[in-house]
Amino acid sequence: MYILYIVTGLALVASLAASRQKTLGALRIAVRRFVGILPAFLTMLILVSVVLFLVPDELIAKYLGADAKYVAVLSAAALGSIILMPGFIAFPLAGVLLEKGVLYMVLSAFTTTLMMVGVLTYPVEKAYLGIKVTIIRNAVSFFIALVIAIVTGIFFGEVFG
Amino acid sequence: MRRNRIIRITLLSGYALFIVLSWVLGFEPGKEVSQNFATFAIDMLKIVPCAFILIGLFEIWINKETVERHLGEESGLMGYLWAVLLAGTTVGGVYIAFPVAYALHSKGAKLGVIFTYIGTSAICRIPMAVFESSFLGIQFTIIRLLVSPPLVIITSKILGDYLTKRNYKLKQPS
Repeated sequence: MYILYIVTGLALVASLAASRQKTLGALRIAVRRFVGILPAFLTMLILVSVVLFLVPDELIAKYLGADAKYVAVLSAAALGSIILMPGFIAFPLAGVLLEKGVLYMVLSAFTTTLMMVGVLTYPVEKAYLGIKVTIIRNAVSFFIALVIAIVTGIFFGEVFG
Repeated sequence: MRRNRIIRITLLSGYALFIVLSWVLGFEPGKEVSQNFATFAIDMLKIVPCAFILIGLFEIWINKETVERHLGEESGLMGYLWAVLLAGTTVGGVYIAFPVAYALHSKGAKLGVIFTYIGTSAICRIPMAVFESSFLGIQFTIIRLLVSPPLVIITSKILGDYLTKRNYKLKQPS
């Protein structure tokens, strides 16, 4: 995280040294772009706050720990697609679930769709990509997540067995 | 457009009213929802300002020719590899990737590269991978880092080529 601040700071200083005018132009673009997407960001935040309340950790643990492992993989992928969590919440949760005996491939399906498939990022994504392409990209990502989960399962000997 | 705006304002003010009333009346679910909102908003605020400043600087200082040469139609496979590397250094969720992708697109990066960037910035970010591996183990993370880029690149190329033929362009939200 600090690297981001250092890089941004250095880039700003370098830009200022090169041209004050152009730096102001860059900041103007930054503000305009941010304001343009702000409503979609807010919509996303509202959806996230409600869905995280409706889908508590216990519910996630219940579905990911299902006895039928392919049911668990699919529900993990479905839950991961619906939910959006910051990494600092998602990975510790996944770590706890792993200790509880949840399979690697289930956690793989969950974390990959969590990051890659976004029902809740839909308002933001739609604003840039349009409705059709947003749906295609998310559908493709869902299948990629399943493939990654299966490969993970094969590696950890969870697929056959 | 106008109707959308009205719906959005209604949703926002309804939500705000719900949160305020929840705190006034001590309605626990409402309080919890607002705490979720705050947690996520703070997480975003740590990254979003820097991301947009960098996007602004990129738009002003980086040559269109440079981007076209390395990420454009003539870039071949190298364009995709650059996209994966660039994504690897990205911070923040996939919602940051979209404005960055738009900036790259407006400078002439081809669609396949754009989709590769979006996909890999979701799952192949190095800072996140390090964090992830501390909870799920290094093997788990390495499998994902090895398996996902080829899948993302192939599907992005197919989708990108298809949409390029149809003259598809990313939009700038306003």
